[in-house]
Amino acid sequence: MGLFGKTSFAFILHRIFGKKHAKIGIYGPPNVGKTTLANRILRDWTGDIMGSVSEIPHETRIAKWKKDVKVENGNSSLYMDIVDTPGIATKVDYKEFMNTFGLSKDESKQRAKEATEGVIESIRWLEDVDGVLLVMDATQDPFTQVNVTILGNLEARKLPVLIAANKIDMEDSSPATLKSAFPQHPVIPISALTGYNSENLYTKMVDHFGKKRRKKRR
Amino acid sequence: MTKKKDGISVNLVSRQKLDEFSSAEKLEFILKEVQKGKVLVLEHGLTPMEQTELIAHTMKEIKQDTFIGIEMEGYGEDKPSIIQKILGVIKKPRMTVIGPADLLKTVRKDSNMIQTRIIPGRGAE
Ligand SMILES: Nc1nc2c(ncn2[C@@H]2O[C@H](COP(=O)(O)OP(=O)(O)O)[C@@H](O)[C@H]2O)c(=O)[nH]1
Ligand SMILES: [Mg+2]
Repeated sequence: MGLFGKTSFAFILHRIFGKKHAKIGIYGPPNVGKTTLANRILRDWTGDIMGSVSEIPHETRIAKWKKDVKVENGNSSLYMDIVDTPGIATKVDYKEFMNTFGLSKDESKQRAKEATEGVIESIRWLEDVDGVLLVMDATQDPFTQVNVTILGNLEARKLPVLIAANKIDMEDSSPATLKSAFPQHPVIPISALTGYNSENLYTKMVDHFGKKRRKKRR
Repeated sequence: MTKKKDGISVNLVSRQKLDEFSSAEKLEFILKEVQKGKVLVLEHGLTPMEQTELIAHTMKEIKQDTFIGIEMEGYGEDKPSIIQKILGVIKKPRMTVIGPADLLKTVRKDSNMIQTRIIPGRGAE
C-alpha cells in the first residue's frame, strides 16, 4: 500500500486534479435584470435557461438554481451552482402592480404576498452561497438602501462579490457612476439583454470566485 | 388612518437609547414605531446584518392595505483609521432615517446628505 492509505491518496488526487466549485448567488433589487443575466449565463454555458423575465417587478418569487455550470476562461475554469434569487426590497405595494402594470386586484395581492416571501428566501440564501454576483441597474441611482445593505452584509460575511452594472445598452446608463459609488469592489459593465461584455464578466467570475474560494477553504 | 389630524411624528432616537437595546429588541422597537406611522431618525444606524434582519422582519409584517413596508436610508460604517484599528475600535454605523413607505420618500441621497420628504399616500416613489 505504500505511504498513502487509499482514502488519503484519493483525497490528494482530488486536491490536485479536483474541479473548483462555488455556489454563486445572483442578487439585487427587483427588475435590474438578474434573471436575464442568469438566462444568459446558462444559455452560453449549458444551453438551458433559468426562468421567466418580466418588466413587472418581482417576476422571480422563488429562488431557482442550476448546478455544475462550467464556466471557462482562457486558462482555467470553475464549476458554479448558479442561484437566481428574488429581488430584495424594503417595501412591496400591491397597488403598484394594479396601477402601473394593470394586473387585477387578486393577481396583484397574490404577487405582492409571494414577493414578500421571496425577499425572505433571498436573505436566507445568503447563508448558503460562496460568492455573489450583485446586479445593479446602471440607469439608476446606485446609492439605494437595498444596494448598500446587501453590500454591507456581504462585506460582513467576507463573501467575494462582483458588481454587474447592467443595462448599459440603454442611453441613459452610467456605469462610471456605479464604479465611483463602490470603488472597493470590481464593477463590470454589461448588457444581459444583448450580451455585451459578457466574456469579460465570465473571465472575472472564474478569477474572482475561483480565487476567493481557495483562500476560504484553507 | 386618523394620523392626518394629529400630524406625523418624527422622532430622533439617541445613541444611548439604542445602545440599551439588544439587536433583536432594537429591531422590534423600530418596526413597532414605524408601523404606528412614525418616522425615526437614529443617531446610530443599524449594522448591515441588522438592516438585513429588519428587511426580513418587515416582509413578515406587511399588511397589504395598512402597512406596505419601510423606507430606510442611512450611511455605511465609518472607516476606522489605522490608529483606531490598532486600538481595536469597532466600526460604527452612522445615522439613519426609517419610516413607513407610504409616508417617507427618499428624494436624493449622496455621500453627504440624505434628502427625504414626508408625503402621505402610497404610489410608486
Ligand atoms: N435594456 C435592457 N433591459 C434589460 C437588461 N436586462 C434585463 N432587462 C429588462 O429588465 C426587465 C427585468 O428583467 P428581469 O431579468 O426579469 O429582472 P430581475 O427582476 O432582476 O430578475 C425586463 O423587462 C428585461 O427585459 C439589459 O441588459 N438591457
Ligand atoms: Mg428575476
